[in-house]
Amino acid sequence: MWKWIQAFASPRNFYQTSEKIIPWLMVPFIGLSLIGLYWSFVVSPADYQQGDSVRIMYVHVPAAWMSLFIYVVIAIAGGIGLIWQIKLAHIVAKVSAPIGAAFTLLALVTGSVWGKPMWGTWWAWDARLTSELILLFLYLAYISLHNAFDNPKTADKASAILAIVGSVNIPIIYYSVEWWNSLHQGSSIGVTKISMQIDMFIALMLVSFAFKFLYGALVLMRARDEVLVREQNSRWVREIIVGVGK
Amino acid sequence: MTKRQNRMAFVALLIAGAILAVTLLFRALGSNSNYFYDPTQVAQGKAPVGRSFRLGGLVVVGSFKREDLKSTFDVTDNKNKFSIEYTGILPDLFREGQGIITTGSLVNGKFIATEVLAKHDENYMPPEVADALKEAKE
Repeated sequence: MWKWIQAFASPRNFYQTSEKIIPWLMVPFIGLSLIGLYWSFVVSPADYQQGDSVRIMYVHVPAAWMSLFIYVVIAIAGGIGLIWQIKLAHIVAKVSAPIGAAFTLLALVTGSVWGKPMWGTWWAWDARLTSELILLFLYLAYISLHNAFDNPKTADKASAILAIVGSVNIPIIYYSVEWWNSLHQGSSIGVTKISMQIDMFIALMLVSFAFKFLYGALVLMRARDEVLVREQNSRWVREIIVGVGK
Repeated sequence: MTKRQNRMAFVALLIAGAILAVTLLFRALGSNSNYFYDPTQVAQGKAPVGRSFRLGGLVVVGSFKREDLKSTFDVTDNKNKFSIEYTGILPDLFREGQGIITTGSLVNGKFIATEVLAKHDENYMPPEVADALKEAKE
Protein backbone atom coordinates (compact mmCIF):
# COMPACT_ATOMS: atom_id res chain seq x y z
CA MET A 1 0.00 0.00 0.00
CA TRP A 2 2.69 2.45 1.07
CA LYS A 3 4.82 1.60 -1.94
CA TRP A 4 1.82 1.96 -4.21
CA ILE A 5 1.07 5.46 -2.91
CA GLN A 6 4.68 6.49 -3.32
CA ALA A 7 4.75 5.14 -6.84
CA PHE A 8 1.57 6.99 -7.78
CA ALA A 9 2.75 10.22 -6.21
CA SER A 10 6.08 10.12 -7.99
CA PRO A 11 6.43 13.20 -10.21
CA ARG A 12 6.89 11.14 -13.33
CA ASN A 13 3.84 8.95 -12.84
CA PHE A 14 1.76 12.00 -11.85
CA TYR A 15 2.79 13.85 -15.00
CA GLN A 16 1.67 10.99 -17.21
CA THR A 17 -1.58 10.14 -15.37
CA SER A 18 -2.81 13.68 -14.78
CA GLU A 19 -2.89 14.44 -18.49
CA LYS A 20 -5.65 11.87 -18.90
CA ILE A 21 -7.64 13.14 -15.90
CA ILE A 22 -7.84 16.83 -16.88
CA PRO A 23 -10.53 16.43 -19.61
CA TRP A 24 -12.66 14.44 -17.12
CA LEU A 25 -12.67 17.53 -14.91
CA MET A 26 -12.99 20.20 -17.62
CA VAL A 27 -16.05 18.64 -19.31
CA PRO A 28 -18.14 18.46 -16.06
CA PHE A 29 -16.97 22.00 -15.22
CA ILE A 30 -18.24 23.42 -18.51
CA GLY A 31 -21.45 21.38 -18.39
CA LEU A 32 -22.28 22.27 -14.79
CA SER A 33 -21.44 25.94 -15.41
CA LEU A 34 -23.84 26.20 -18.33
CA ILE A 35 -26.68 24.45 -16.48
CA GLY A 36 -25.79 26.47 -13.37
CA LEU A 37 -26.00 29.77 -15.26
CA TYR A 38 -29.37 28.75 -16.70
CA TRP A 39 -30.64 27.79 -13.23
CA SER A 40 -29.26 30.98 -11.64
CA PHE A 41 -30.72 33.40 -14.16
CA VAL A 42 -33.82 31.68 -15.55
CA VAL A 43 -35.15 28.89 -13.34
CA SER A 44 -34.55 30.28 -9.84
CA PRO A 45 -36.96 32.98 -8.64
CA ALA A 46 -36.24 36.49 -7.39
CA ASP A 47 -36.21 36.88 -3.60
CA TYR A 48 -39.14 38.44 -1.71
CA GLN A 49 -36.90 41.11 -0.18
CA GLN A 50 -33.77 41.31 -2.30
CA GLY A 51 -35.34 40.98 -5.73
CA ASP A 52 -32.85 39.95 -8.42
CA SER A 53 -29.85 40.86 -6.25
CA VAL A 54 -30.25 37.41 -4.70
CA ARG A 55 -28.57 36.00 -7.83
CA ILE A 56 -25.23 37.39 -6.65
CA MET A 57 -25.39 34.62 -4.05
CA TYR A 58 -24.92 31.94 -6.73
CA VAL A 59 -21.36 33.17 -7.25
CA HIS A 60 -20.66 34.57 -3.80
CA VAL A 61 -21.45 31.51 -1.68
CA PRO A 62 -19.73 28.89 -3.90
CA ALA A 63 -16.65 31.17 -4.15
CA ALA A 64 -16.57 31.58 -0.37
CA TRP A 65 -16.87 27.79 0.08
CA MET A 66 -13.98 27.28 -2.34
CA SER A 67 -11.85 29.81 -0.45
CA LEU A 68 -12.20 27.68 2.71
CA PHE A 69 -11.95 24.34 0.91
CA ILE A 70 -8.74 25.23 -0.94
CA TYR A 71 -7.11 26.53 2.23
CA VAL A 72 -7.88 23.23 3.97
CA VAL A 73 -6.36 21.37 1.00
CA ILE A 74 -3.19 23.49 1.27
CA ALA A 75 -2.88 22.93 5.04
CA ILE A 76 -3.43 19.16 4.75
CA ALA A 77 -1.12 18.84 1.75
CA GLY A 78 1.47 20.89 3.64
CA GLY A 79 1.16 18.56 6.63
CA ILE A 80 1.50 15.46 4.43
CA GLY A 81 4.50 17.04 2.74
CA LEU A 82 6.14 17.81 6.07
CA ILE A 83 5.51 14.43 7.71
CA TRP A 84 5.80 11.94 4.84
CA GLN A 85 7.96 14.15 2.63
CA ILE A 86 5.95 13.54 -0.51
CA LYS A 87 7.10 15.98 -3.18
CA LEU A 88 3.76 16.02 -4.92
CA ALA A 89 1.91 17.16 -1.77
CA HIS A 90 4.08 20.27 -1.57
CA ILE A 91 3.51 20.92 -5.26
CA VAL A 92 -0.28 20.66 -4.88
CA ALA A 93 -0.15 23.07 -1.92
CA LYS A 94 1.99 25.58 -3.77
CA VAL A 95 -0.04 25.67 -6.99
CA SER A 96 -3.36 25.82 -5.08
CA ALA A 97 -2.57 29.07 -3.29
CA PRO A 98 -3.15 31.56 -6.15
CA ILE A 99 -6.39 29.75 -7.09
CA GLY A 100 -7.59 29.99 -3.49
CA ALA A 101 -6.63 33.65 -3.32
CA ALA A 102 -8.62 34.32 -6.49
CA PHE A 103 -11.75 32.63 -5.07
CA THR A 104 -11.35 34.56 -1.80
CA LEU A 105 -11.13 37.85 -3.69
CA LEU A 106 -14.18 36.86 -5.76
CA ALA A 107 -16.15 36.13 -2.57
CA LEU A 108 -15.13 39.46 -1.02
CA VAL A 109 -15.92 41.52 -4.13
CA THR A 110 -19.29 39.88 -4.85
CA GLY A 111 -20.20 40.23 -1.17
CA SER A 112 -19.33 43.90 -1.28
CA VAL A 113 -21.41 44.47 -4.41
CA TRP A 114 -24.36 42.78 -2.68
CA GLY A 115 -23.78 44.59 0.62
CA LYS A 116 -24.03 48.10 -0.80
CA PRO A 117 -27.68 47.92 -1.95
CA MET A 118 -28.86 45.44 0.72
CA TRP A 119 -27.09 46.43 3.93
CA GLY A 120 -26.32 49.97 2.86
CA THR A 121 -22.53 49.62 3.00
CA TRP A 122 -19.71 48.20 0.87
CA TRP A 123 -17.80 46.96 3.88
CA ALA A 124 -18.31 46.40 7.60
CA TRP A 125 -15.75 45.24 10.14
CA ASP A 126 -17.91 42.40 11.40
CA ALA A 127 -16.53 39.00 12.35
CA ARG A 128 -17.36 37.15 9.11
CA LEU A 129 -16.08 39.83 6.74
CA THR A 130 -12.93 40.50 8.75
CA SER A 131 -11.99 36.81 9.10
CA GLU A 132 -12.51 36.28 5.35
CA LEU A 133 -10.25 39.26 4.64
CA ILE A 134 -7.63 37.71 6.93
CA LEU A 135 -7.94 34.55 4.81
CA LEU A 136 -7.02 36.57 1.73
CA PHE A 137 -3.99 37.96 3.59
CA LEU A 138 -3.03 34.41 4.61
CA TYR A 139 -3.09 33.32 0.98
CA LEU A 140 -0.98 36.32 -0.04
CA ALA A 141 1.44 35.69 2.83
CA TYR A 142 1.73 32.03 1.78
CA ILE A 143 2.49 32.99 -1.82
CA SER A 144 5.03 35.66 -0.81
CA LEU A 145 6.74 33.40 1.71
CA HIS A 146 7.06 30.63 -0.86
CA ASN A 147 8.59 33.06 -3.35
CA ALA A 148 11.02 34.45 -0.78
CA PHE A 149 13.23 31.32 -0.78
CA ASP A 150 15.55 30.25 -3.56
CA ASN A 151 15.60 26.64 -2.48
CA PRO A 152 12.19 25.04 -3.19
CA LYS A 153 12.62 22.52 -0.34
CA THR A 154 13.07 25.27 2.25
CA ALA A 155 10.23 27.26 0.69
CA ASP A 156 7.93 24.20 0.87
CA LYS A 157 8.67 23.61 4.55
CA ALA A 158 8.35 27.23 5.66
CA SER A 159 5.12 27.85 3.81
CA ALA A 160 3.64 24.53 4.99
CA ILE A 161 4.18 25.68 8.57
CA LEU A 162 2.48 28.99 7.78
CA ALA A 163 -0.46 27.17 6.15
CA ILE A 164 -0.93 24.83 9.13
CA VAL A 165 -0.80 27.65 11.71
CA GLY A 166 -3.15 29.77 9.59
CA SER A 167 -5.72 26.97 9.39
CA VAL A 168 -7.12 28.02 12.80
CA ASN A 169 -8.78 30.84 10.87
CA ILE A 170 -10.99 28.36 8.97
CA PRO A 171 -13.34 27.37 11.85
CA ILE A 172 -13.36 31.02 12.91
CA ILE A 173 -14.69 32.07 9.49
CA TYR A 174 -17.22 29.26 9.48
CA TYR A 175 -18.61 29.84 12.99
CA SER A 176 -18.12 33.65 13.08
CA VAL A 177 -21.80 34.25 12.39
CA GLU A 178 -22.79 32.03 15.33
CA TRP A 179 -20.19 33.01 17.89
CA TRP A 180 -20.64 36.75 17.57
CA ASN A 181 -23.36 39.23 16.70
CA SER A 182 -22.60 40.03 13.09
CA LEU A 183 -24.03 41.97 10.20
CA HIS A 184 -23.55 38.97 7.91
CA GLN A 185 -26.46 36.51 7.97
CA GLY A 186 -26.12 32.97 9.31
CA SER A 187 -25.79 29.86 7.12
CA SER A 188 -28.84 28.98 5.07
CA ILE A 189 -27.67 25.45 4.44
CA GLY A 190 -27.18 23.17 7.42
CA VAL A 191 -27.26 19.45 7.99
CA THR A 192 -30.85 19.51 9.19
CA LYS A 193 -32.40 22.43 7.33
CA ILE A 194 -32.18 24.37 4.10
CA SER A 195 -33.80 27.77 4.49
CA MET A 196 -34.10 28.66 0.85
CA GLN A 197 -36.39 27.76 -2.01
CA ILE A 198 -35.40 24.52 -3.80
CA ASP A 199 -34.49 26.08 -7.19
CA MET A 200 -32.23 28.58 -5.43
CA PHE A 201 -30.56 25.65 -3.67
CA ILE A 202 -30.13 23.71 -6.94
CA ALA A 203 -28.55 26.75 -8.64
CA LEU A 204 -26.19 27.16 -5.71
CA MET A 205 -25.18 23.48 -5.81
CA LEU A 206 -24.63 23.43 -9.60
CA VAL A 207 -22.25 26.40 -9.48
CA SER A 208 -20.60 25.02 -6.38
CA PHE A 209 -19.80 21.68 -8.06
CA ALA A 210 -18.71 23.50 -11.23
CA PHE A 211 -16.17 25.44 -9.12
CA LYS A 212 -14.91 22.20 -7.53
CA PHE A 213 -14.23 20.66 -10.96
CA LEU A 214 -12.61 23.89 -12.17
CA TYR A 215 -10.30 23.87 -9.16
CA GLY A 216 -9.39 20.22 -9.77
CA ALA A 217 -8.53 20.89 -13.42
CA LEU A 218 -6.53 24.05 -12.63
CA VAL A 219 -4.54 22.31 -9.88
CA LEU A 220 -3.57 19.45 -12.21
CA MET A 221 -2.57 21.83 -15.02
CA ARG A 222 -0.49 24.03 -12.73
CA ALA A 223 1.01 21.04 -10.90
CA ARG A 224 2.14 19.52 -14.20
CA ASP A 225 4.06 22.70 -15.02
CA GLU A 226 5.53 22.82 -11.54
CA VAL A 227 6.65 19.17 -11.81
CA LEU A 228 8.46 19.91 -15.08
CA VAL A 229 10.26 22.90 -13.57
CA ARG A 230 11.31 21.04 -10.44
CA GLU A 231 12.38 17.87 -12.24
CA GLN A 232 14.08 19.68 -15.11
CA ASN A 233 17.38 17.91 -14.49
CA SER A 234 15.92 14.42 -14.47
CA ARG A 235 16.15 12.11 -17.42
CA TRP A 236 12.45 11.57 -18.05
CA VAL A 237 11.80 15.31 -18.37
CA ARG A 238 14.65 15.67 -20.84
CA GLU A 239 13.22 12.77 -22.81
CA ILE A 240 9.81 14.45 -22.98
CA ILE A 241 11.27 17.79 -24.03
CA VAL A 242 13.50 16.23 -26.66
CA GLY A 243 10.56 14.13 -27.81
CA VAL A 244 8.49 17.29 -28.22
CA GLY A 245 11.34 18.91 -30.14
CA LYS A 246 11.43 16.13 -32.72
CA MET B 1 11.03 8.16 18.06
CA THR B 2 11.67 7.75 14.40
CA LYS B 3 12.24 10.81 12.27
CA ARG B 4 8.74 10.57 10.84
CA GLN B 5 7.17 10.45 14.31
CA ASN B 6 9.27 13.44 15.22
CA ARG B 7 7.83 15.40 12.33
CA MET B 8 4.29 14.28 13.25
CA ALA B 9 4.81 15.55 16.79
CA PHE B 10 6.10 18.82 15.36
CA VAL B 11 2.99 19.33 13.22
CA ALA B 12 0.71 18.39 16.15
CA LEU B 13 2.52 20.90 18.39
CA LEU B 14 2.14 23.55 15.70
CA ILE B 15 -1.63 23.03 15.54
CA ALA B 16 -1.99 22.92 19.33
CA GLY B 17 0.04 26.11 19.70
CA ALA B 18 -2.03 27.96 17.10
CA ILE B 19 -5.31 26.89 18.73
CA LEU B 20 -4.05 27.95 22.16
CA ALA B 21 -2.93 31.36 20.89
CA VAL B 22 -6.25 32.06 19.20
CA THR B 23 -8.26 30.90 22.24
CA LEU B 24 -6.30 33.28 24.47
CA LEU B 25 -6.73 36.07 21.95
CA PHE B 26 -10.51 35.71 21.93
CA ARG B 27 -10.68 35.48 25.72
CA ALA B 28 -8.81 38.78 25.88
CA LEU B 29 -11.03 40.36 23.24
CA GLY B 30 -14.18 39.12 24.96
CA SER B 31 -17.33 40.85 23.78
CA ASN B 32 -15.31 43.46 21.88
CA SER B 33 -15.49 41.25 18.81
CA ASN B 34 -19.27 41.55 18.71
CA TYR B 35 -20.41 43.80 15.92
CA PHE B 36 -23.28 45.36 17.86
CA TYR B 37 -25.05 45.55 21.22
CA ASP B 38 -28.68 44.55 21.55
CA PRO B 39 -31.14 46.86 23.38
CA THR B 40 -31.05 44.70 26.56
CA GLN B 41 -27.24 44.98 26.78
CA VAL B 42 -27.54 48.75 26.36
CA ALA B 43 -30.25 48.92 29.03
CA GLN B 44 -27.96 46.98 31.38
CA GLY B 45 -25.28 49.60 30.80
CA LYS B 46 -22.89 47.31 28.92
CA ALA B 47 -22.57 49.72 25.97
CA PRO B 48 -19.98 52.54 26.16
CA VAL B 49 -21.29 55.84 27.51
CA GLY B 50 -20.56 59.09 25.70
CA ARG B 51 -18.95 57.21 22.82
CA SER B 52 -20.26 55.97 19.54
CA PHE B 53 -21.36 52.30 19.42
CA ARG B 54 -23.57 50.03 17.32
CA LEU B 55 -27.08 49.03 18.33
CA GLY B 56 -28.87 46.15 16.62
CA GLY B 57 -32.49 44.99 16.76
CA LEU B 58 -35.82 44.90 15.00
CA VAL B 59 -37.61 48.04 13.83
CA VAL B 60 -40.86 48.24 15.84
CA VAL B 61 -43.90 47.97 13.55
CA GLY B 62 -45.80 51.26 13.45
CA SER B 63 -42.98 53.32 14.93
CA PHE B 64 -41.45 54.69 11.71
CA LYS B 65 -41.93 58.39 10.95
CA ARG B 66 -40.16 60.47 8.31
CA GLU B 67 -39.81 64.17 7.65
CA ASP B 68 -37.66 64.86 4.57
CA LEU B 69 -34.40 63.02 5.28
CA LYS B 70 -34.93 62.91 9.03
CA SER B 71 -36.48 59.66 10.23
CA THR B 72 -37.36 58.37 13.67
CA PHE B 73 -38.19 54.81 14.67
CA ASP B 74 -37.90 52.40 17.60
CA VAL B 75 -35.57 49.41 17.77
CA THR B 76 -36.33 46.45 20.01
CA ASP B 77 -35.18 42.94 20.93
CA ASN B 78 -38.69 42.25 22.29
CA LYS B 79 -37.45 43.03 25.82
CA ASN B 80 -36.13 46.56 25.67
CA LYS B 81 -36.74 49.43 23.26
CA PHE B 82 -34.80 52.48 22.12
CA SER B 83 -35.85 55.44 19.98
CA ILE B 84 -33.58 56.18 17.04
CA GLU B 85 -33.17 59.47 15.22
CA TYR B 86 -31.40 59.40 11.86
CA THR B 87 -30.82 61.87 9.06
CA GLY B 88 -29.81 60.29 5.75
CA ILE B 89 -30.65 57.67 3.17
CA LEU B 90 -31.93 54.34 4.46
CA PRO B 91 -30.88 51.04 2.77
CA ASP B 92 -33.26 49.14 0.45
CA LEU B 93 -34.01 46.44 2.99
CA PHE B 94 -35.02 48.91 5.70
CA ARG B 95 -38.64 48.40 6.74
CA GLU B 96 -40.70 47.91 9.86
CA GLY B 97 -40.13 44.49 11.42
CA GLN B 98 -36.70 44.25 9.74
CA GLY B 99 -33.46 43.66 11.63
CA ILE B 100 -31.13 46.66 11.47
CA ILE B 101 -27.78 47.75 12.88
CA THR B 102 -27.24 51.41 13.59
CA THR B 103 -24.15 53.38 14.63
CA GLY B 104 -24.44 56.38 16.92
CA SER B 105 -24.58 57.35 20.58
CA LEU B 106 -27.13 57.83 23.32
CA VAL B 107 -28.08 61.43 24.03
CA ASN B 108 -30.61 61.86 26.86
CA GLY B 109 -31.98 58.34 26.32
CA LYS B 110 -32.40 58.89 22.60
CA PHE B 111 -30.10 57.15 20.12
CA ILE B 112 -28.75 59.65 17.57
CA ALA B 113 -27.64 57.55 14.60
CA THR B 114 -24.94 58.40 12.07
CA GLU B 115 -25.42 55.23 10.01
CA VAL B 116 -28.21 52.69 9.55
CA LEU B 117 -27.53 49.25 8.02
CA ALA B 118 -30.21 46.67 7.25
CA LYS B 119 -29.51 43.10 8.30
CA HIS B 120 -30.62 40.24 6.11
CA ASP B 121 -31.51 36.88 7.59
CA GLU B 122 -30.68 33.45 6.16
CA ASN B 123 -34.12 32.86 4.64
CA TYR B 124 -34.41 33.17 0.88
CA MET B 125 -37.71 32.66 -0.93
CA PRO B 126 -39.77 33.93 -3.86
CA PRO B 127 -42.42 36.64 -3.13
CA GLU B 128 -45.31 34.17 -3.56
CA VAL B 129 -43.99 31.94 -0.79
CA ALA B 130 -43.42 34.94 1.49
CA ASP B 131 -47.02 36.05 0.91
CA ALA B 132 -48.37 32.55 1.58
CA LEU B 133 -46.37 32.40 4.84
CA LYS B 134 -47.73 35.77 5.89
CA GLU B 135 -51.30 34.70 5.16
CA ALA B 136 -50.87 31.48 7.08
CA LYS B 137 -49.66 33.49 10.07
CA GLU B 138 -52.67 35.77 9.98
